[in-house]
Amino acid sequence: MKRTILAVVTSTLLAGSALADEMKLAVTTSFHNSGLSDILLPQIKQDTGIEVQLLVVGTGQAIKLGEAGDVDAILVHSRKAEDKFLAGGFGTHRREIMYNDFVFIGPSDDGAKLGDATSAKDALKRIADSAAPFVSRGDDSGTHKKELSLWAAAEVTPEGDWYNAVGAGMGAALNTAAGLDAYIMADRASWLNFGNKGDLALVYAGDPVLFNQYAFLPVNADKHPHVKTELAAKLEAWLVSDTAKALINDYKINGETLFVFNAE
Amino acid sequence: MSNLFPVKLEGALVRRAGKVLIGPVDLELHAKGVAIVIGPNGAGKTSLLRMMHGIARLGEGRIDWACPPSEARAHQAFVFQQPIMMRRSVLGNLAYPLRLSGLSRPEANARAAEAAVDVGLGEMLDRPAPYLSGGERQKLALARALVTQPELLFLDEPCASLDGRATREIEEILTRAAARGTRLIMSTHDMGQARRLATEVLFLLNGNIHEHSPAEAFFGGASTAQAQAFLKGDIVE
Amino acid sequence: MLITLDADLVEITLRSLYVTLTALVIASAIALPLGALLAVRRFRARRVTIAVLNALMGLPPVVVGLIVYVMLSRSGPFGVLGLLFTPTAMIIAQVIIIVPLIASIAHQALRELWSDYHDLLISMNTTQTQRVQALLWDGRRALLTASLAGFGRAIGEVGAIMVVGGNIDHHTRVLTTAIALETGKGEFALALGLGFVLIAMAIAVNLAIHVISRTERGGRW
Repeated sequence: MKRTILAVVTSTLLAGSALADEMKLAVTTSFHNSGLSDILLPQIKQDTGIEVQLLVVGTGQAIKLGEAGDVDAILVHSRKAEDKFLAGGFGTHRREIMYNDFVFIGPSDDGAKLGDATSAKDALKRIADSAAPFVSRGDDSGTHKKELSLWAAAEVTPEGDWYNAVGAGMGAALNTAAGLDAYIMADRASWLNFGNKGDLALVYAGDPVLFNQYAFLPVNADKHPHVKTELAAKLEAWLVSDTAKALINDYKINGETLFVFNAE
Repeated sequence: MSNLFPVKLEGALVRRAGKVLIGPVDLELHAKGVAIVIGPNGAGKTSLLRMMHGIARLGEGRIDWACPPSEARAHQAFVFQQPIMMRRSVLGNLAYPLRLSGLSRPEANARAAEAAVDVGLGEMLDRPAPYLSGGERQKLALARALVTQPELLFLDEPCASLDGRATREIEEILTRAAARGTRLIMSTHDMGQARRLATEVLFLLNGNIHEHSPAEAFFGGASTAQAQAFLKGDIVE
Repeated sequence: MLITLDADLVEITLRSLYVTLTALVIASAIALPLGALLAVRRFRARRVTIAVLNALMGLPPVVVGLIVYVMLSRSGPFGVLGLLFTPTAMIIAQVIIIVPLIASIAHQALRELWSDYHDLLISMNTTQTQRVQALLWDGRRALLTASLAGFGRAIGEVGAIMVVGGNIDHHTRVLTTAIALETGKGEFALALGLGFVLIAMAIAVNLAIHVISRTERGGRW
């Protein structure tokens, strides 16, 4: 009995390692929560034979994993952090793949009247002015960095009882917002896939400043000789291929398109 | 033949927390007989046995066995007032010292089973030792101490809390062991028991040996006033 | 998913078992003799060791995870082993988490047993090793409890194995990290379902170990 269990365990574990070409890719929670990875990974495996192992973390941690050489490439969405990563020599180059957008989520009665906002800046000002509860990721992720840059652009210092930095991933932050009936900025994909919407609704979207560019950055083998440069190159070639384009552009949740393929 | 005897104690003394429990003791004992240690409570009976056996650390003086000290304890065994039962079966308890002495498991078990029969525990080999009655426990402790055939056996009031029947059974076992040549040094409160078993008597008072005589001489007429008073049943200080 | 994706469920459940049971065996092999040694032996660093063990019992797993991460990272001292984000890394983290717990409980239990046995085993002229062996054997029921406490802590642990395992699908995902993931997605029903699987498994393992240990005792104990 013990032996059978052990055999099954060992075989599942072995199947999960050794056999295929594997590489590790750090991706952001927002990308993973969108569900797109569930569509892409099997196709990647089929077309290239590469088993991509996803480490789902915030942008900040994804960059750290890349810098330490613990992953072979990263797929993130925070231009400033990406440029710093490249300047430090940790990545070979940056390849834009696709974008989606950020949206503002809030209580369905929309007390701060974000529905009438004219821009993302205006939306944030309305939240600050009415001191409506707001949940921030507060975890140094791409989404968090984007949110901070928007506050700066709106010339508002987000402080006070109404501002809740939870220091958690997108899903956990959305759970908190649902609990507090608070406003929150989220990527559209995470929002659409979120299972615990409660009384929340999409209250503002559409400002071009809210577009969210995803880029693929292979880790530099000069820094970390063990990284799988070839596999990363193969994966990159696939990500910019027409197959990927079709899959990404056609991916919908509740009839809504989430991502726009824009690789060149 | 004897590895241990004669044993000589010179100025041997044990302290605890600065207080002298026993000593300084000067004593010489030879290979044969049953030495009974008597004396009022607190006279140091237990301490004397523990000091000689080496489980109480010697503060001063010396104890010289006929063999090197490292081997001495291998030829001795000790039966405590409250028998210490290992959390094993009767057989496991008896086999343990044999296993320690290097016997194989089947050999140890076979000899342990014989030893159990010797003390009348043959029917309960598989019984967990902690579940035995008081008399059975002490018989088991005694059998366990004797199973390695020590030259010298210390007994610290082994019958203190036993009924008459159990006491008689224990005494029978002790008499047989003594007849086989095992040297016994045993403390007791029971003067009847002392008279029944003793070949020599160590009378302790205030942490030292007050009188050391052959049993007949001691019970016939102790040489010190305190010992005479103690035998009469007076309180001795 | 509990019904439809049961192949995945079986996989992560088995992986949870594999990681935690392996960690448990290794941790017990370290912690039980350590607990016995602490009970039997009076050495100078003993009190300090006990205090450290007690303090480490309260160590947040995520801190252990971070330390193991830093050690195993490609940029860390053991980076060349390439162990980060593997089940092995998760086992290492869990061993570190439960060794202090098992050793402390074992020490508590065996200290009592040792105070019973002290005079007897010294009288029998036993060596240090023989004393440890006797305590481990005769105290095995209490030690089983210590090990099961370690199992409970390890099987429900998420902070450390998330950091060092990475929760990679089909590779390092176990029940607890899957629960964290589904909670993050707001899939509370699924997360709860996985939680029940975890609880059921923990109970099953506890029962199994008790049954096995009882049959081995063959009615004697």
